[in-house]
Amino acid sequence: MAKLESSSKQMDDLFDQRNMDWYFDKLVQMIVFISGISAIIFVVGIFVFVTVEGMGFLLEGFSFTEVFGSEYWEPSDEDDPEYGMLALIAGTASVTGLAMLIAIPFSLGAAIYIAEFSTGKTREYLKVLVELLAAIPSVVWGFIGLSIMNPLIIETFDVPVGLSVLNAGIILGLMAAPIMTSIAEDALKAVPDRYREAAEALGATRWQVIYKTVLPAAKNGLLGAILLGVGRGFGETMAVLMATGHSVNIPGSVFDSVRALTATIAAELGETAVGSEHYQVLFSIGIFLFLITFIINLTADLIVRGIKNQ
Amino acid sequence: MHKTTLEKANSAESMFSVSALNVKNKKTQKLYSVLFLMMTLLLILPVLVILGTLIVKGGSMISIDFLFTDPVNGMTEGGVFPALLGTVWLVSLALLVSVPLGIAAAIYLSEYASDNWFTRIINLAIINLAGVPSIVHALFGLGAFVMFFGFGTSILAASLTLAIMTLPVVIVSTRESLQAVPHAFREACWNMGATRWQTIRRVVLPNAVSGILTGVILEVSRTTGETAPIMFTGAAFFLPFLPQGIFDQTMALSLHLFVVSTQVPNVPEALPYAVALVLIGMVLLMNSVSIALRMYLRGQKKW
Amino acid sequence: MVEKTVVDTEFDRVVKAQKCKIEVNDLTISYAGKAALSDVSLKIYENEIFGIIGPANAGKTSFLKSLNLMNTFDANMKVEGDIRFNNRDIHQLRNVYALRSRIGVVFPLPVGLPLTIYENVALSPRLRGIKDKTSLDQIVERCLQRAALWDEVKDRLNSLGSLLSGGQQQRLTIARALSQEPEVLMLDEFSIAVDPVTTMRIEDVLKELKHEMTIILVTNLVQQAHRLADRTAFFLDGKCIEIGDTEALFNGEVKDPLTLDYIEGRFG
Repeated sequence: MAKLESSSKQMDDLFDQRNMDWYFDKLVQMIVFISGISAIIFVVGIFVFVTVEGMGFLLEGFSFTEVFGSEYWEPSDEDDPEYGMLALIAGTASVTGLAMLIAIPFSLGAAIYIAEFSTGKTREYLKVLVELLAAIPSVVWGFIGLSIMNPLIIETFDVPVGLSVLNAGIILGLMAAPIMTSIAEDALKAVPDRYREAAEALGATRWQVIYKTVLPAAKNGLLGAILLGVGRGFGETMAVLMATGHSVNIPGSVFDSVRALTATIAAELGETAVGSEHYQVLFSIGIFLFLITFIINLTADLIVRGIKNQ
Repeated sequence: MHKTTLEKANSAESMFSVSALNVKNKKTQKLYSVLFLMMTLLLILPVLVILGTLIVKGGSMISIDFLFTDPVNGMTEGGVFPALLGTVWLVSLALLVSVPLGIAAAIYLSEYASDNWFTRIINLAIINLAGVPSIVHALFGLGAFVMFFGFGTSILAASLTLAIMTLPVVIVSTRESLQAVPHAFREACWNMGATRWQTIRRVVLPNAVSGILTGVILEVSRTTGETAPIMFTGAAFFLPFLPQGIFDQTMALSLHLFVVSTQVPNVPEALPYAVALVLIGMVLLMNSVSIALRMYLRGQKKW
Repeated sequence: MVEKTVVDTEFDRVVKAQKCKIEVNDLTISYAGKAALSDVSLKIYENEIFGIIGPANAGKTSFLKSLNLMNTFDANMKVEGDIRFNNRDIHQLRNVYALRSRIGVVFPLPVGLPLTIYENVALSPRLRGIKDKTSLDQIVERCLQRAALWDEVKDRLNSLGSLLSGGQQQRLTIARALSQEPEVLMLDEFSIAVDPVTTMRIEDVLKELKHEMTIILVTNLVQQAHRLADRTAFFLDGKCIEIGDTEALFNGEVKDPLTLDYIEGRFG
């Protein structure tokens, strides 16, 4: 009995002793916390580093009317370089716009088919296929634009150049569509089955159910999918570099060659001297791209979060 | 049984009209189903045609020799070995950084973080990190790793840039597989006097590890295909020698495709197709492995 | 049999007068501001089975959770008041894990961890630092035997514990709790997902175990408390209405008529 008593006393002493496990647990907690906030650190870091490099131009050489009002992008002019981004912005906008014109209906259609019409194995296969399509690297897409689409467009439409808004738009549309399909399909699947059952019980056909019940309920998620697609198209680099023709131009038709903001950085950064004005201008394009995608992603997140709170 | 003839006729008529409506509905339903199927196929078929074209035009060049010999004669002949090796270097080093970091971050988000504004900011940062254009990541890599930290244009700088860019892939997939482990298991463990870490190590991680693996494979595939982030941070158009360490530059398969298809004159037509085929083959292979693993795991029931 | 039980209780009561295992004073628990339990004060003695009965939402589970400080894992759960374990204020402990490792817990729904049956039971000894294979083998066999599960699983110790039947998983949970060599065993409505035969087997096990440890038995079955508990507390709507000798309570010697109404099944 006395022995038991003392062992119990010893056990009680453990209440006051922090052992290896206790300290290791605290250490792990610290490590994972730091890793957890690393995402914040990196996003802030990206903004800070890109801004610092591009700041020189924004503070001194920047002129709003020149940058956003002029279509003359002549950074290599030794006497009087000009940094009008109007044509580059028009290039990015036209390619992204055409891409969305293609991707939005088709990805929503595909999402509706996969989520609402297909069943069993077919659905599985389609989802896997869509996922694989989303994995094709952008440089491969660029190569496809360059080597396959280019001659195809020249032949089909009898135009002198096949690297154009049309080419890059189709490529970018095909690129963005699988991701948009996946997200849109998730949004449709998030609509509870009881909505469908209730509508079906009233005698509605499948399409009526989808059109009148499912789509309105999934509206925010679908909008989020579209926004993320826009963000992706907007920020795409290699594919637009290779498929647009890369000539500074405000496009008059889809057969015109253009040049995108992202592609400009990719093509010119290697030729500029570190710290030169041209170099700083390219970084300030980076700031612009960062801010726009930040806003797009933030909006998409707020919209998607909106459904969860309902 | 005691219905009047009139009632019978009525009910028969209404039944008939219902079935007529049904037939019509079935028809419209079929129509819509076909319409949406067409849209789905229009999305998928061109890509399959393109893949087929790649195989037809580049397939003849693919051989073991092509994979393991150096490019010669101004990159117009020979194989892709240095680029292939460089991609392996870049991807491995990027994984070495992003996998532990991403898993730790996911553990924090799934096991420690409570649902508050701070966690929401972290989640927002992850979404944004995934959404920042790849060329902006390249600018960041150049400003931070190449210049500020003084790594120069090197495998190290390029890998770190890739690691940060693909970090969200690891975090999101790991977090998902951690959260798939039921909460009751954690509580049972805590009740036994296990610390949070002991619980994670002994019960949560072992049951999430295969899910994490599928995410990592997915990340490998993403990292392999990236081009823009490595253009100015560590990948070279052409190098006459293989990299000796992490502070050397290297060739990379993705950039090699860009170079042979746009920058090099007099390249035989099949060569870039073959390079594209090798690249896309690697990426799709890893994605298929990841998908197959996921499907296999879904079939395994552990609770 | 009945007589023997009575004699036991009498004997225990005398011994336990000094040996208070757990003492709770003015315990109040709330979730995000909503009270779940208020102003509970009671003592639990060594080597007794302390029954807690009461309808759903009476605060029974919250009470158990506060005893082994599970509130540290639940940001919404707030515990106020004084809880003493072996006359030590548990809110002042420097190592809470040491406290939890000495309290075994069995849940309403069985939780077989997704480890092998062997590892389910060997987990707690491993956490304590026992690595020796023979010691582990011994502990596993002994705990499974005492939980009346050994004979059914001895040939498949390497299959997954989480895939056993409900009744087997509940006994596995008990074996796992016993592997902690606990001083207190807390059972929270353990028979909800268990068939009657298994329930009776577990009840027999508990009668044996009380000679070695203190048992707190939260139950939704008043007759189970009657069969097992030395003393019983009646919780209702977050308040402890009554505590008394089980036999006395079931004989109608109650201070609050609500207790008798509940015992006799007039509500709940």
